[in-house]
Amino acid sequence: MTAAAAYAISERPAPRPWWRRLIGFNLLTAVILGVGGYYLGWWIGHEIVGKSFAFQEKTNENDVALLLAYFFGVAGFLIGLGFANYPVSRLLGRPPSLREKEEHGIARYFGLCTDHKVVGMQYMVGIGLFFFIGGLNAMLIRTELLHPTPTFVGPDTYISLVGMHGTMMMGMMTSGILGPFANYFVPIMIGARRMAFPRIESLTFWLLMAAGFILTSTIFFGGFPTGWTGYEPLNDQAVMGMDSYICFFALVGVSMALLGLNMMVTITTMRAPGMTWSRLPIFVWAVMATAVLMVLAAPMLVATLLMAAFDRTISTSFFIPGGGGSNYLFENLFWFFGHPEVYILALPGFGIVLELLPVFTRKPLWGYRLAVAGLLGVTLLSFFVWQHHLFVSGINADLRPFYMLSTEIISLPTGFIFLVFMATMWRGRATFTVPMLFCMAWAFNFLIGGLSGVFLSDTPSDTTTHGSFFVMAHFHYTIMGGLIFTFFAAIYYWIPKMTGLRFNELLAKTHFWLMFVAFNSTFLPLFIAGFEGQPRRVSEYAPHLQFINVWVSISAFVLGLSMLIFLANVVYSLIFVRVRAEANPWRSKSIEWQLPTPVPVHNFDEIPVFDADPYDYGLPLPVAGTRPAPAGAG
Amino acid sequence: MAVSAALAVLGTLIGLYISLWAQNFPRTVAALAAPATGGANLTLETVATVGKKLSPQHPNWVSYLVKSNGRWIRSTVFRVPAYSVVHVTLYQFDTPTGLRNPFLSEVQGTVGGTATLDGKTFRSVEPEEASHTFAVPELGLFVPLAGVPEEAKNPCEEAPCELSSAHRTITFSFRTGARGRYRWQCFVPCAAGWLLGNGGPMQTLGYMDGFIDVV
Amino acid sequence: MEGPNHARRFVTLWLIASAIATPLVVLLLGPALPPGKATEQASGQVTDNTVLIGMSTPILLLVVLYLLYAVIYFRQPRGAVLEGPSVHGDARVQTTWLIVTVALVLALAAYGTERLYAGNGAGSGSGPAPLTKPSGAKLPVQVIAQQWYFTYRYPTYGGVETPHLVLPVDQTVELHVTSIDVIHSFWAYQLGVKADANPQVDNIAYVKPTKVGSFEVRCAELCGIWHGEMFDRGKVVTREGFETWIHQQQASFAPATKVLPPYSKTYLPEPPRRGG
Repeated sequence: MTAAAAYAISERPAPRPWWRRLIGFNLLTAVILGVGGYYLGWWIGHEIVGKSFAFQEKTNENDVALLLAYFFGVAGFLIGLGFANYPVSRLLGRPPSLREKEEHGIARYFGLCTDHKVVGMQYMVGIGLFFFIGGLNAMLIRTELLHPTPTFVGPDTYISLVGMHGTMMMGMMTSGILGPFANYFVPIMIGARRMAFPRIESLTFWLLMAAGFILTSTIFFGGFPTGWTGYEPLNDQAVMGMDSYICFFALVGVSMALLGLNMMVTITTMRAPGMTWSRLPIFVWAVMATAVLMVLAAPMLVATLLMAAFDRTISTSFFIPGGGGSNYLFENLFWFFGHPEVYILALPGFGIVLELLPVFTRKPLWGYRLAVAGLLGVTLLSFFVWQHHLFVSGINADLRPFYMLSTEIISLPTGFIFLVFMATMWRGRATFTVPMLFCMAWAFNFLIGGLSGVFLSDTPSDTTTHGSFFVMAHFHYTIMGGLIFTFFAAIYYWIPKMTGLRFNELLAKTHFWLMFVAFNSTFLPLFIAGFEGQPRRVSEYAPHLQFINVWVSISAFVLGLSMLIFLANVVYSLIFVRVRAEANPWRSKSIEWQLPTPVPVHNFDEIPVFDADPYDYGLPLPVAGTRPAPAGAG
Repeated sequence: MAVSAALAVLGTLIGLYISLWAQNFPRTVAALAAPATGGANLTLETVATVGKKLSPQHPNWVSYLVKSNGRWIRSTVFRVPAYSVVHVTLYQFDTPTGLRNPFLSEVQGTVGGTATLDGKTFRSVEPEEASHTFAVPELGLFVPLAGVPEEAKNPCEEAPCELSSAHRTITFSFRTGARGRYRWQCFVPCAAGWLLGNGGPMQTLGYMDGFIDVV
Repeated sequence: MEGPNHARRFVTLWLIASAIATPLVVLLLGPALPPGKATEQASGQVTDNTVLIGMSTPILLLVVLYLLYAVIYFRQPRGAVLEGPSVHGDARVQTTWLIVTVALVLALAAYGTERLYAGNGAGSGSGPAPLTKPSGAKLPVQVIAQQWYFTYRYPTYGGVETPHLVLPVDQTVELHVTSIDVIHSFWAYQLGVKADANPQVDNIAYVKPTKVGSFEVRCAELCGIWHGEMFDRGKVVTREGFETWIHQQQASFAPATKVLPPYSKTYLPEPPRRGG
């Protein structure tokens, strides 16, 4: 019998009655244990630890209690989901339970599931939810900016809103493409049945969900005033809501490091026969490059935040000059993580665009090795540029020419990506489907983002633009125009594979055009606002800038509307109408489209053997890249 | 059916979330008019501990209170008329913390360039004796408020403080100009327990910071 | 390959567009670029920005025109399902691109470095030991940033502290920017100066105003609730006007000057950690 049939018969457990399913390691237990853990931590913080710190009485704040509450809450949450089961049962000498591998039912999406495809879907919905919340914050920010003086919310609430928006987006969207799409498709693309560490894969998802919930809870503790960068000493001065930020980013950092580790090990060790490094799909290369950055940069953030937490609670002075520390230490540590972080956001976008272009232009990827060099070049160089965030901070003046040079050099590998993009389109036969439209928009947006980055990398020019809306426009063009547009490209491209359903074409095109026009209308004038002297993160600005701000706010509302149209498309096409998609609507030669939909839990009946380039368009072969293994293997 | 219900719940949650954020400003208090001389009267007090009644979440914070209709309420948004003189009477119940920047120990921007402390005109205070300041930087107004000595008898324990407790009385006047929303703040790092004394009540509207709405 | 010579067509199109657009951008947009020409440093930044925008225009046109060209000419013919040519790369194109972009980047970096040193930091905060100092007499002015207000001290005028910044024209000013609590940033837009104010750090920026006028000062680093309201208007006046002003400030702030600590490059805040 085939491996699939043997697997199916031996492993599938008998279905249990619904009330029985409620007891056990699932989301309900997780929430209960999480809440219990929260109160346990809170109690420990107040009764046992808190009494030692005299200042806490005067401030009515107990940061230790909140941090412990979050810690125990997350621990309880993860234990409730079942993450401790395998380690504990092995420690006790018992064989592991395989209930995690249930093949059917919607319940597996709400718990610990080791099927990488389920984790991909979980990521998509989870990240979508927090992206939506972050976007809501952005709408509130733009509402406040309609007037030059604080009107809608107080200035303390406003900077909390700004911080929440930035932090939520930066924390969540780093896994925006790796989470849903790399988890789902990388094992398939390299010919593996699973990721190297399936349980860790699920852990990264649930850590992110816990983190998002913790960040949203900051509003109950007064928000935080530092923006997403969390600069000291303001960080230490902040109310309890700052601890939510610290906890959020610590969890995100752990999640990122584990996700990157998983990807690196999977891609390195689990490639099928014939899948050499030079045959790897460019998307997998981009995932690999991103994973390297995640593993190296994220732990830096966790360590930095631990120090900040110590400063806030046990009165250490890592970052407080009055006590012997230095605020420069925080800035440098943070940006040593922060700069690779933004390349973590940009690289998957490159990967998606270069992966989709050959499909829609019916040409091979031009300059495959150049593209890989570009991705790896960005990865390496991103560790050498971080002080460009500190040009006017009073760092050693000798350092600035070096960082100016290194930041400008990093535009070289990015330029390679653009060359590959343009040359792949050269003399191609492009169909402008919605995913292709998003890829074209990426090119336009990232170009503007990248060119504005050249302005910012030039220290004399940066003197005026640092800390102004020019920087805001720059990173929104590169991150939102780069990552988010490719996020949607990937969704529209791969949803027919992940769900077997088709999106409504009219709604999709409306979403794209509205989003593209509104996005540019929102962020292009912000370059001017920055040039005119409007600083970031303020709700009060010079009155003559009100026209620009009103224009931008209205465009931002339209941008939000385009997101609602996307949501409407999701609800309409995937929940109500549910039109079946063809098996391979884009006529892609990539291996995931050659599998049945839904992809079976074990992915392949037999492990494929790869023997051709991944982008064999322009040739009459029906399927490029695979042939079945000889009888007896697999 | 289930999906519509889920969407309705989601919509409600989003609405709640937005309204949680859109915490409106503390209640605006109009300074009482002074019919004889024109302009407006503003009566304020600064207290060391605001108490559970006026601030359930932060009972130990310092705070400004304003007298409105004979009662002390915790609001820091004051409405005053444009192009007029505002007479401020301030009862200071807190002990000194000391100015971080002694430059602000000099009275600036009042009518006549001076203020009165317990009836005596003064142009500056000793920096270590300042307990709070009332400052509207955009109008150039800075008035340091001297503190109640540490050894004073019957200090005020919890707000609202009555004149029977130990206090200092500071009066001054300032002119308003064009309409607008101007912030005012305390410049003494008086937030006890916070880093550099500038956290908590110093960074939350409704305690040591607010707006003057000139209308 | 049959069909129109796309390469020649597109390159011609791009060259013509660049030849028209770049001078237009440089001549029309250049003078309007920030931060204006009120100081030597600001003028230097305007020149820098003009070079950058002049260099960006052909690059922007290259990609945008290419995208439009590709949308028109490299599309699937209506109703057809054709494949494109199976081209995997072209060493010549890659090498040319590499050489041109490397040259551009190196030239830009060299130019930026030259501008940085020629302008003595070009108005940016250069830390306690800037590499190049302008020659001649310098007027030291200390910018003290606190939550949430800027004050200014003139050490050569008795250490008087003033709430507004007034500078004499045609005089090199050595700004010492420091903070007495959290990180702020002194951004004088028309002066072309931005220097972060860090606690216990002396951040030096040089500026030489060349025109009389007023300038806007804003805080450019998030410092708490009133970060947005931490703004001010400063003035550049004639030398005589400055002397008159500073003596008047010394007179009206005499009580405050008596109680100020002696002038120092940085100040240790009291208490150094928790307040109250």
